[in-house]
Amino acid sequence: MSKSFFIDTTVCTACRGCQVACKQWKNLPAEITKNRGTIENPADVSFNTYKVVRMREEVIDGKLRWLFFPEQCRHCIEPPCLDTAGDKSAIFKDDATGAVIYTAKTKGLNAKEIIESCPYNIPRKGKNGALAKCDMCLDRVQNGLLPACVKTCPTGAMNFGERDEMLAIANKRLGEVKKISQAARLLDADDVRVIYLVAYNPELYHKFAVASVDNLGITRQTALAKMFRPVKNIASGLV
Amino acid sequence: MTNHWIDLKNSDCILIMGSNAAENHPISFKYVTMAQQSGGKVISVDPRFTRTSSKADIYAPLRSGTDIAFLGGMIKYILENKLYNEDYVVNYTNATFLLNNDYAFKDGLFSGFDPQKKSYNKSTWTFVNDEKGIPKRDLTLKDPRCVINLLKDHYSRYDLALVSKITGTPEANLMEVYKAYAATGEKGKAGTIMYAMGWTQHTVGVQNIRAMSIIQSLLANMGVAGGGVNALRGESNVQGSTDQALLWHILPGYTNIPKASQASLDVFLASIKPESKDPMSVNWKQNYPKYAVSMFKSFFGENATKENEFGYHLLPKPDDGKSYSWLDIFDEMYKGSIKGFFAWGMNPACSSSNAGKVRKGMAKLDWMVNVNLFDNETGSFWKGPGMKPSKIKTEVFMLPAAVSVEKEGSITNSGRWMQWRYEGPKPLGNSKPDGDIIMELGNMLKEAYKKDGGQFPDPILKLKWDYMTNGKYDPHKIAKEINGYFLEDATVNNQAFKKGDLVPSFVFLQGDGKTSSGNWIYSGSYTGKGNMSARKSQKDVASNIGLFPEFAWAWPVNRRIIYNRAAVDMTGKPNDEKRWVVKYTFEQKDGKYVPGKWEGDVPDGPAPPLQNPDGTPRADGKHPFIMQKDGLAAIFGPGLADGPFPEHYEPMECPVEKNFMSGQLVNPTAPVYGTDADTFATCDPRFPYVGTTYRVSEHWQTGLMTRPQAWLLELQPQVFVEMSEELAKLKGIKNGERVKVASVRGAIECTAVVTKRFKPFKIGDSIVHEVGMPYNFGWRWPVSGKEESPNLLTPSTGDPNTRIPETKAFMVNISKIKRG
Repeated sequence: MSKSFFIDTTVCTACRGCQVACKQWKNLPAEITKNRGTIENPADVSFNTYKVVRMREEVIDGKLRWLFFPEQCRHCIEPPCLDTAGDKSAIFKDDATGAVIYTAKTKGLNAKEIIESCPYNIPRKGKNGALAKCDMCLDRVQNGLLPACVKTCPTGAMNFGERDEMLAIANKRLGEVKKISQAARLLDADDVRVIYLVAYNPELYHKFAVASVDNLGITRQTALAKMFRPVKNIASGLV
Repeated sequence: MTNHWIDLKNSDCILIMGSNAAENHPISFKYVTMAQQSGGKVISVDPRFTRTSSKADIYAPLRSGTDIAFLGGMIKYILENKLYNEDYVVNYTNATFLLNNDYAFKDGLFSGFDPQKKSYNKSTWTFVNDEKGIPKRDLTLKDPRCVINLLKDHYSRYDLALVSKITGTPEANLMEVYKAYAATGEKGKAGTIMYAMGWTQHTVGVQNIRAMSIIQSLLANMGVAGGGVNALRGESNVQGSTDQALLWHILPGYTNIPKASQASLDVFLASIKPESKDPMSVNWKQNYPKYAVSMFKSFFGENATKENEFGYHLLPKPDDGKSYSWLDIFDEMYKGSIKGFFAWGMNPACSSSNAGKVRKGMAKLDWMVNVNLFDNETGSFWKGPGMKPSKIKTEVFMLPAAVSVEKEGSITNSGRWMQWRYEGPKPLGNSKPDGDIIMELGNMLKEAYKKDGGQFPDPILKLKWDYMTNGKYDPHKIAKEINGYFLEDATVNNQAFKKGDLVPSFVFLQGDGKTSSGNWIYSGSYTGKGNMSARKSQKDVASNIGLFPEFAWAWPVNRRIIYNRAAVDMTGKPNDEKRWVVKYTFEQKDGKYVPGKWEGDVPDGPAPPLQNPDGTPRADGKHPFIMQKDGLAAIFGPGLADGPFPEHYEPMECPVEKNFMSGQLVNPTAPVYGTDADTFATCDPRFPYVGTTYRVSEHWQTGLMTRPQAWLLELQPQVFVEMSEELAKLKGIKNGERVKVASVRGAIECTAVVTKRFKPFKIGDSIVHEVGMPYNFGWRWPVSGKEESPNLLTPSTGDPNTRIPETKAFMVNISKIKRG
């Protein structure tokens, strides 16, 4: 059993039910926020916020598009953070699902190094020094439930299941969306368990939408170059 | 909704106009997405590019308050390019009817206008009848006085250039929308409309929807799967509360309320009984007298007798010509004529238009009872901004109410589905279900009137009030009362019933006091077979169009798509063979066609269709629109206060000095109130920008249930004003800074959201800017007290038919805040 998410941004309405469901299931405290001239909030993922729906207004081919990107941990197939930590009591991969799990022992890790190792800039350090991020709702999944964010999604943007099944849906949808937008693609599908479908250039959605060595701290670049190809060449083999 | 939520998936083209479904009805987008993925088109027409627009195939901007100009242009386009469905228009609508020779329309006014009374004498808005009293029809559509030709005349003025000049929608966008939507007139295609308060909250609210009804009738989109006219209700049980008459002008089941001048039951019953001489018209509303008497039996039980006209004289009767709507209540309160007030599940200090007037009105009350989950800006109005508590005499009582999941009962969703809910957790602390509060209040009123007498105690003393079991409100007793009982042994329609039996459906209701029913349209919901609304079967109909007829229960008689007889041709064959709703199969006997049966959804009556399969007419066939007096869809609609055809008028506050369509600037019949709080500013340089209000996904109504909720406040922490980059530049406003937004009635502070999603409009020769604010805020939460309700800016005027306030189009100014 190996699990994956398929996130179809083309049908995401940014209702942000997923953001709230995540906090509710995990009982994470709310952050004190301000309207920053956008309704996107909080401003970033944090120790208490594992999921943020990014919202970008872009004019593409003369037409206004409002692009939504529900950002979360990608649960990499070969997680650089896990390699970097080198301590399975702090960061480990759940064999059954492939979920990348952070424990309270992340307190003992070099947080900066772990964060820098992530090609998607996801983990965040809490006041107690520990790191936190999405855990695939492992407690729910192990009990036969969908992750909270997937369960709450009204449109089918958030999907979760066996990896083969998710890849099949992802490729089917890619074919459909390609008919409308040539630029449509799946993001890093071979390397991650959270597979996004976007209709336009992924960089327009979010700086860290795709893995890129440019996203990494200098110290980790060499070690990870083998895993993540430069952004320009990441055409998924599945296309 | 004539259709229902799931049915959206069946549509070939979904027009989302006057609503922002992705944000405010997020679950609806499950079905919108399904339609889109099956090849359907989604069109979003909105002053602002919304989360709905982001998912649409076509987006067109329009200036708030100009929907009739936009839709009138579509009517013209459909008629002139003959894109209407001719079979449907000729046979199923009143397009063929000949109009009274004196009916006329000139320079923005229909015939019969009385400028003193600001109302119409509608005596010329009538049809020419034949010698039998049946409307004369011209099936060739050639007579210049037939409805379709007067419709053509009326909308001939709505040409593309003029519509664009009024709406600010570029001509290319108009054409794109018109073409895509008009394509649903083709046989077997279905187009639908999703609208909400963006259409209703205008001085032309009802006519916005009328305009769409005309389009749906022309394109044969009524009665079909994926079609209809669909109102997205603003709260989960608004449909139910409207059905049960939580409005002043109707009794349950859309029965007109008796007027003071209707001195006897017979006079009243005659007024609610339309007459048709056409044997092909079912004219279902002629049954209303039976439903009314059964309702009075339900209200007053054994105290309603033939001798006392079934309690008719115990009913409240509004004065003729006087309105008692929301706007009127708060106008009277402001003037000091109302002493006591129950705010029940409402937060008018934030939800009401011209909320400043409302808050001042509350200070003139002797007492207020606030029934709600939490304290709110209404219950705490006396300590709100600008109030001096020491000067306010109003005594406020708070009755804590249980939340929906803590009580048993039904809700009715927008799709008319009555769904039963069970009690989850027990109510907290001293809070009680609304039913208990009402029952106890009624009991105490009865005791007080019994003890002290007082003015006319009979309506209270004689009210049937036995809906408690073991001292608690019993929702099953109420649900059964609404369904109705046989009050005596009776044989109806060849079936024998015993006293105390539940009525199987309204078809069995009687006008002689032998039956009761609290609301005829819900008759059939709780029968001898049980509580139909609690059903959970997930079995669909044969055509798999998502009717799920044994899941919950839909009024009337579990019909899932209203006017479904219009989904078949004259012989009963579905126009859309794949997504068929109903179909009729005749039987043959001795070489003749004899009545057979309908399959699929519950049809609008059992009568056979109008023709035999060989095209010969049937004497027992019936027209499809059974709730219309003449049995046909009303393209010409003589019943409204402001005209039989929708006409573009500017909002009460607008950015233009002249209506480009006519000499009549605003709706001549729109209500205006006369207090010092009722000020308007049209073409006033102090208020140069169009303002509008809307909602956000993250808050619910005035935000009472969501603003104290930290996770939701995290997402939408502050009231904001959205504006174009162009306007921000003009005013030197930076994205994210706090600004002042003011109308002639009030001012609030908002965070500026400068966005590409608002664009300036070209109106006539001028550039008009529009800004928008979410109405979900109020000073009580967040605790800063600075996030106030944009309804402090909106005006006290509204639609002349419904008096729903015009909160969607008004004039404002916006300015930087100078600190220190």
